Amino acid sequence: MSEIYVPDAGGHLREARLHELRREAERNGRVDGHGIRAAGAPLPPNARVDARASAENGYYGVPLLKAPQWKWEIPFYFFTGGFAGAASIMASFAKLTRADHELVRDARLLAAIGGSISPALLIADLGMPSRFLNMLRVFKFQSPMSMGSWTLVAFSSSTAGLSFLDLTRRRFDLYRSGPGLRVLENAAEFLSVISGAVLATYTGVLIGATAVPVWNENVGILPIHFAASGMGTAASLLELRGHQAPALNGLGIASAAVETVVGASIELRQKPVLNPLKKGKSGWLTRIGGMLAGPLPLALRVWSLFAGGRRKSNLRKVAAVSAVAGSVVTRFAWVQAGKASADDPRIPLQLPPAPASTEQIASASEISPA
Amino acid sequence: MTITAFLTDSTLCIGCKACEVACKEWNGIKADGFQWTGKSYDNTLALGHSTWRHVKFVEGEIDAGRGGNAPGELSWEFSSDVCKHCENAGCLEACPTGAIVRTEFGGVYIQPDVCNGCAYCVVACPFGVVERNEADGRAFKCTFCYDRQKDGLKPACATACPTESIKFGNLDDLRQEGRERVEKLKAKGLADVEIYDPVDSSVGGIHAFFIVRGDPKAYNLPPKPEIPTVYLRKGWTSAAVAAGMMLGGALLAFLGGGRGR
Repeated sequence: MSEIYVPDAGGHLREARLHELRREAERNGRVDGHGIRAAGAPLPPNARVDARASAENGYYGVPLLKAPQWKWEIPFYFFTGGFAGAASIMASFAKLTRADHELVRDARLLAAIGGSISPALLIADLGMPSRFLNMLRVFKFQSPMSMGSWTLVAFSSSTAGLSFLDLTRRRFDLYRSGPGLRVLENAAEFLSVISGAVLATYTGVLIGATAVPVWNENVGILPIHFAASGMGTAASLLELRGHQAPALNGLGIASAAVETVVGASIELRQKPVLNPLKKGKSGWLTRIGGMLAGPLPLALRVWSLFAGGRRKSNLRKVAAVSAVAGSVVTRFAWVQAGKASADDPRIPLQLPPAPASTEQIASASEISPA
Repeated sequence: MTITAFLTDSTLCIGCKACEVACKEWNGIKADGFQWTGKSYDNTLALGHSTWRHVKFVEGEIDAGRGGNAPGELSWEFSSDVCKHCENAGCLEACPTGAIVRTEFGGVYIQPDVCNGCAYCVVACPFGVVERNEADGRAFKCTFCYDRQKDGLKPACATACPTESIKFGNLDDLRQEGRERVEKLKAKGLADVEIYDPVDSSVGGIHAFFIVRGDPKAYNLPPKPEIPTVYLRKGWTSAAVAAGMMLGGALLAFLGGGRGR
């Protein structure tokens, strides 16, 4: 009766074993031997140390936290919300300083496009998209998700209104229709700047104020990181649209410089909690995104200051493509790093990193007799 | 209305999983399947959207008599895990729809008719309890049998538990009972017994505490759970600085732009 029955072998086998046990019980009044044994239970005495449940290893090394369940829509929303918020600020300041009229119009349009894609992405990720209006049931300061929903409502409506105004203005000559519309436009512009500034930064608070270790460890730099990323993208997209205002290159330099500092600060800090940003798939994404958004466009844009003619604008265009790509990759990298971080129980359990790499332990257990 | 709690005593648990089954029966949750995980007799490894009670199997070295096991067999402990119903609940604070509420019994309850499945509570829980059911779309966790408590009944798991390992009652009484039980067990010679109730953390104590043998870390119970709202101040400060940098940067860039190259 020392046979081990593996449940995976099929239902009939289990049933047969049960009948066998019943017959034995009828015959003898008792049953000796084993019932059904689970595969892997109890653990063999020579089980690897890192496969056990212990004070040094947690519960069999099983994740303690739940990994973020967001799909691609959310990191992509971080990207669209970021450049949209930055574009609304740029539109307003360009107008304030009487910059190129076309630039103002295109920046507003960029903000409006981002402002309409973003809610669509957020709603698409909801488990129950039909209930998206429940987001506006409450106003909760302590929930960044709630604050973000309200911000997005203000942003999407104000930027859509401004672009609608731009597109219809020329046709209907609206400035002559009186001061009412101008007051309305200024109010919408004010709202778009304030909500844009929140939209481009709050996503850092959103993921920073969670239980995921690699996110909350970086809660102090994430909003600045995301703001720079959004600003760099908005400037780059406008450059790719054909605008050559030096202000755009200036903002591109500033944001690439901030991104370079953020990348360096991640690389220089030696903490196990930051490992998802340096190792594995999420580590590669972080580094690729960081290079594309930071040092590369920074170098190209500074070079462009000393170049002339065609080369100047070509350098800026390459820098712009790099910065936009870097911004997308960076957002996905952070969500991927969050998943890797939540899967590692050693940080929330305050355990030191695993002493040896898994490969070493695996090869050691192959040598020892089973 | 009295504030209620669970006291789950792993020294009495026999690992029968009746609590898991009773919970599924009462709440109409789908089965998790008959697969073993390869980690002792554990089926699901963790709590989740379809597992609101979860029996953990912690196997130790051969230790004759420990936990009543036969000589020559590995010693083991069982502990039935459940939502902690935190005093300061991360999921409740994070919920943007107000779907997650505090009941009159002190429990944390997700209203299934309000939740829209944004999944933010999933990353706000320091115990990894809440999970979105991707087939259904909404987030689920232990309801503390709010419906049963409303009718003056004990939660299904506590009712089904054959050894009274799961005790249900008044929060303060059970906390006291738990402390006394630990003292009693220690007096009997079980030196490694302790109660898991992180009152000193920002979670501010839980409404489902556990008596375990050995280090709570072996049961994936974090030594210092933090409610994520503690990071808000730093985060919003940084957001304000970032917003200032954007506004200032844009202003400078466009003011300087006039003289541009």
